[in-house]
Amino acid sequence: MDQTVSIEKPPARLGSRIHGGLLALVLLLVFNALVTPNFLQLQTLFVNISQVATIAIVAMGMTLVIATGGIDLSVGAVMALAGALAPLIFLSEFGVAYPALGVAVAFILPLIVAGFCGLFNGAMVAVLGIQPIIATLILFISGRGIAQVLTNGNLQTFSNPAFSYLGTGKILGLPFQGWLALAIACVLFLTITRTTWGRYLLAVGGNERAAFLSGGPVRRVKIGAYVICAVLSGLAGLIVVAINSASDAARNGNLMELDAIAAAVVGGALLQGGRAPIFGAILGAIIIQLVKYTLLANGVEDEVALIAKALIIVAAVWIQQRRKA
Amino acid sequence: MLLSMTGIEKSFGGVPALRGAGIEIAPGEVHALIGQNGAGKSTLIKILTGVYRRDGGEISFAGHPSEVLSPREAQEAGIATIYQELNLVPLRSVTENVVMGYEPKAFGMLINWREAHRRTREILARFDIDIDVTAPLGSFSTAIQQLVAIARAVSLDAQMVIMDEPTSSLDAKEVEILFGVIRELKSQGVAVLYVSHFLDELFEICDRVTVMRDGQTITTRQLSETTKLDMIADMLGRNPDEVAAEGMTEFGGAAAKRGPVRLHAEGVATGPRLKRFDLTLHEGEIVGLGGLLGSGRTEAARALFGVDATQSGSIEIEGAPIRLEGPAEAISAGMGFLAEDRKAEGIIPDMSVRENLTLALLPKLASGGQIDFGREREIVERFIRTLGIKTADMDQPIRELSGGNQQKVLLARWLATEPEILILDEPTRGVDVGAKREIQAFVRDYVKKGFSVVLISSEFEEIVEGADRIIVMHEGRSVGELTNPGVTENMLVSALAQHGEGGAEWTRQ
Amino acid sequence: MLDESAFDLRRMLQRNSASVTVWAVLFALIVFGLLRYENFGSAYNITSFLNYNAMFIAIALGMCFVIMTGGIDLSVGSVAAFTSVVAAYLSPYGIQVALPGAIAAGLAFGAINAFFVIVLHIPPFIATLATMLGAKGGALVISGAQTISVDWTSNFTKLGMENAAGILPWTILIVGVLAVALWIILEKTTIGRTVLAIGGSEDASALMGLKVNRAKAFVYILSGGCAGLAGVFLASGFGAGQPLEGIGWELSAIASVVVGGTLLTGGLGSVPATVAGALLLGLVFNILNFENGRGTISFSAYWQMVIRGGFLFVVILFQARLMARHQKAAA
Repeated sequence: MDQTVSIEKPPARLGSRIHGGLLALVLLLVFNALVTPNFLQLQTLFVNISQVATIAIVAMGMTLVIATGGIDLSVGAVMALAGALAPLIFLSEFGVAYPALGVAVAFILPLIVAGFCGLFNGAMVAVLGIQPIIATLILFISGRGIAQVLTNGNLQTFSNPAFSYLGTGKILGLPFQGWLALAIACVLFLTITRTTWGRYLLAVGGNERAAFLSGGPVRRVKIGAYVICAVLSGLAGLIVVAINSASDAARNGNLMELDAIAAAVVGGALLQGGRAPIFGAILGAIIIQLVKYTLLANGVEDEVALIAKALIIVAAVWIQQRRKA
Repeated sequence: MLLSMTGIEKSFGGVPALRGAGIEIAPGEVHALIGQNGAGKSTLIKILTGVYRRDGGEISFAGHPSEVLSPREAQEAGIATIYQELNLVPLRSVTENVVMGYEPKAFGMLINWREAHRRTREILARFDIDIDVTAPLGSFSTAIQQLVAIARAVSLDAQMVIMDEPTSSLDAKEVEILFGVIRELKSQGVAVLYVSHFLDELFEICDRVTVMRDGQTITTRQLSETTKLDMIADMLGRNPDEVAAEGMTEFGGAAAKRGPVRLHAEGVATGPRLKRFDLTLHEGEIVGLGGLLGSGRTEAARALFGVDATQSGSIEIEGAPIRLEGPAEAISAGMGFLAEDRKAEGIIPDMSVRENLTLALLPKLASGGQIDFGREREIVERFIRTLGIKTADMDQPIRELSGGNQQKVLLARWLATEPEILILDEPTRGVDVGAKREIQAFVRDYVKKGFSVVLISSEFEEIVEGADRIIVMHEGRSVGELTNPGVTENMLVSALAQHGEGGAEWTRQ
Repeated sequence: MLDESAFDLRRMLQRNSASVTVWAVLFALIVFGLLRYENFGSAYNITSFLNYNAMFIAIALGMCFVIMTGGIDLSVGSVAAFTSVVAAYLSPYGIQVALPGAIAAGLAFGAINAFFVIVLHIPPFIATLATMLGAKGGALVISGAQTISVDWTSNFTKLGMENAAGILPWTILIVGVLAVALWIILEKTTIGRTVLAIGGSEDASALMGLKVNRAKAFVYILSGGCAGLAGVFLASGFGAGQPLEGIGWELSAIASVVVGGTLLTGGLGSVPATVAGALLLGLVFNILNFENGRGTISFSAYWQMVIRGGFLFVVILFQARLMARHQKAAA
């Protein structure tokens, strides 16, 4: 990093972190190609893309929040909430009577609700000055609780091809949600690099005092980050529901906050803020998913994968902290 | 001698902070340590208390060579420090803050609170303080808190107490209490190392004074044989006779050509550090705020820019009264504020030169939230060229630039917004001589275009040569005015020295 | 010169040290319950209430110490789940083995947290979040993702299902002893005061020469041990080690601690008030159960989580308002 003299594009600034991430990715791919049976098949790619997409979408939102120096623990709960709402809507009398409108509302309303969750988190942090962990811990628990109350804890199964397209549709032979994640990444990337909001986001995370003294709208920027994060989480929740053609409020998005934080940190986001490597978050999500897949495909239990993930998080943050020091 | 430090060397990342500095303190002596910002006072103290390691030099304390490695070791050796930001825990009780870590125990294990309270009361009683020691420390005034810190030091059998700016947030009555305590310490044979920017009070309480400048010890004098003028001259590295002589010469001269009034502030107060500030700023004029550290210069700037809320007084811009709710409003009202602390309040280290430079300009650079990159690059290029900012290219992270170039970027951040009123707080601190001259020239050019500047600087030379008028500030108030041409550095020094001395006794409120 | 901020702060502190409010509300709820529900004061309800809430009190006690240093421990729920499995496996050897064994497992997780936070300088919430994940994974691994039935023939289940001298449940008795011990440690020992001083200002504590790292290690290990104890209660009271339990426990614990007047930023806290806070939170659910029984409302079990969150929200709002007023006055 020290020799960086000329820098062309913002992503290049992620420097060695990303290179480390890419290296890890290559190693994982090579290992899998050699060891894991049936790894080099299209089916594997599809499975992984559809998994990566949800993690990546949430991780991108998390990256924005982390860029402000915050954290959002409520992403998984918001996923469950949004995921529980959608089937409730299109399975309702209204949804059955007007199928097209029902599906449309089933897309939009959960996202609006998710947005309000983000507003709640953001206001707690930016207006009331509560530490992000505690502020978002409230919805971390209650959000899922609300989802379970709404569905009475029942698994909602449905058959709604229009809605399921979100999770099972394909464009050019690749899963729809993969394209969606990519599109979101592009939009966010452009927002961060080309708009005043994006500039302020990084400024607030980089030096909040300086951003404030230079006229930056610190509060608005922070709230915005939490709202976007929540809306993206809501979208991820819808995707999970669409993939399964079923909504399980207890499991949808469970432990997603950890995946998202891990993906963001592995992707190069600094916990103290000031960086928003959007494509890094995708890379991080791919790595997290590949680790999970590698372990599973090689007969390692799901549970051990959890421990592996815990180690990844600790290692990534530890490396970060050491660099800072 | 109780303490003797000689030939102390210390550098940070190759930059020398202390070059052969030293100090000698006798038992029961109240010894003042003074110097400009960056003279090396706090580095010297931190080496003594084990916060920093010295690179070279000798320290002996109470007759033994001292090899203190941590604050706790210093404490156990008998050196107690009362830091400027109090090193106490306001949420906890007075007693706890006094006995913490050294609690009286029953059965060798459980804290005997009754005994702890009794001991605390007893120590405080020595200083004529009678308070509820079970109440949280934070519920008492700063003065009491400071006295509690001293009580802790005494309870640990300190032989020397270091006080860093102990009076900076005390009122007159509280200062009296503090001085009473210091005299009490003195009578018990405890030495006090007293660091202060308020020179007047040194005469009242200190025996000797050591002056530091540029990491070196300049001189040590008996206070009874010195004057405030001498001390200021030592701090600034001037000849006192010259200062005195020039100070006698004619004040002022023809006033600079100035336009109509742009900003008028009257009786502005924001708290104990800014009690009454008056300023009239004309178009095309640089007004300097002259004063020592702690005189309220920075607080005045923050009040003008809407960072600190005003408690009383009024501010008018172009004749219209204005109440600013924050920097964003100040900027849209046509103001700019180059803050004093470049690192904490100025640069965003990981962002590029370009992004740092246009941060304040962003609202004007964007349409519909979209940044106009073409215009941005054009503006940045222009400023890099005209200000001669040395950077590989505009996308280099600002943290990789030298201090002077960082400062130029920050100056450009504000020049780019073309504020009618530009407040510069220490615009040339920590930059090399070349960059300094350049920055001064840009400011001068800017004013020639009809803009107005408020200039704050610890370097009197800069203020005297740079400003058209100088508001003299003393202890949170604007107390006088000097008008160029004709003002010399020595005149400003003597204006500062006169104030307070002229009144025979220093007063505070 | 006593300024307004000092006045506020003092009042807040008095509220905390006396913890009058939380006890008063607790008392009021009890009276309300006694008047409204026939069986509320029955021996069965009282003992089962105390028995069930013993594990939450245990966790809240550990959390209280962590929060007093300004930290947080998000791993308590999973650690309790993990240790419940450990206890279930050890149950054939009797309570004399299962109890220390499970607590040791909890202490080990606490030590991992302490290592992450103190040595690796990882922020507490990330460190304990990772441990949460690790403990959860570990619990599933050692249990094979099954609930592990305890050995009913040994004396293990006596702990969670029987009363000491036929009066008080063993669990609440143990927790009571633990609470008193921790109360003494907090109020009467150097390490206890250091815990509070660190939360008040870690820098100042270090400058005062206090042993900061030792106290921080103590709180994380203690919290792990408390979670371990809760795991034993869980296994013993429900007759099985439950690897999937513990979700949301950290929130309950945090809510209890905060309700007890402990500042989330650290520096202030009380052991008895934390116990009262945990009892209060438990009582809210107990009363909701009774209301459910009367048919005035019908709350599914899922409301629990919503109410926990809402409870925490209200308490935090209250605390934030106090802090904001304090800071404003101080500025």
